[in-house]
Amino acid sequence: MKFSIMVNEGPYTHQASDTAFNFTKAALEAGHEIFRIFFYHDGVNNGTRMTIPPQDDRHVVNRWSELAEQHGLDMVVCVAAAQRRGILDADEAKRNGKDGDNIAPGFRISGLGQLIEAGIQADRLLVFGD
Amino acid sequence: MLRVKKFMYVNRHAPHGTIYALEGLEVVLIGAAFDQDVSMAFIGDGVFQLKKGQDTTDSDIKNFSPTYRALGDYDVTQLYVERESLEERGLAIGDLMDLTWEDEEDDWAEKPSIRVVNRQELSDLLETQDVILNF
Repeated sequence: MKFSIMVNEGPYTHQASDTAFNFTKAALEAGHEIFRIFFYHDGVNNGTRMTIPPQDDRHVVNRWSELAEQHGLDMVVCVAAAQRRGILDADEAKRNGKDGDNIAPGFRISGLGQLIEAGIQADRLLVFGD
Repeated sequence: MLRVKKFMYVNRHAPHGTIYALEGLEVVLIGAAFDQDVSMAFIGDGVFQLKKGQDTTDSDIKNFSPTYRALGDYDVTQLYVERESLEERGLAIGDLMDLTWEDEEDDWAEKPSIRVVNRQELSDLLETQDVILNF
């Protein structure tokens, strides 16, 4: 089965990102394909490399980055939602005159068309949020 | 070429207390360019998104409700509103914006976009979808 995943809440406040991560990992282990993971609403906050959780807790952002590296996942952060919330890659920072970027490894910034395409291409699109 | 899929955008939140309605609408407008079979559903507090006469002046939050009027021009012409959700909130269809679309096949006749359906009918509609996005 080919899945697309949508994550609509940020790390820690809600469980949505954890559940999406666990589902993605389990699906990959079971031999399924993940077409794309799309981060929207506060879900874009999963894509900042600046988070510093306590050492005795899981690192939600790094966990996504590591899974993406292991499996070559396509993790997309919505550009409009990201700009509202201060998630920037180097290009966006330069274009908008900001003094730094914060996108985490394995994430890329792109448009909402990537979400619609993910819905069209996958057998199932799963939405994780509140 | 993949077949056209049935996309339903399910709106569950009131318009201005959270960003879900506004960012959900942005998805609908972008998605319209992909020539899929698109509809929207409004359930629970989501029915407030379509209420007439919204005024956000005092809250300083953007009033995006006029954007719903543009949906017809984007070929988003099927807006299902759950009857029970309206009734539970003391609303009737007359409290909602008068949203229409122009039917090219029928000499550009202006037709209503909003259809009030009951909970069972909406449940049946959800069953027929390929992709459901919740906002």
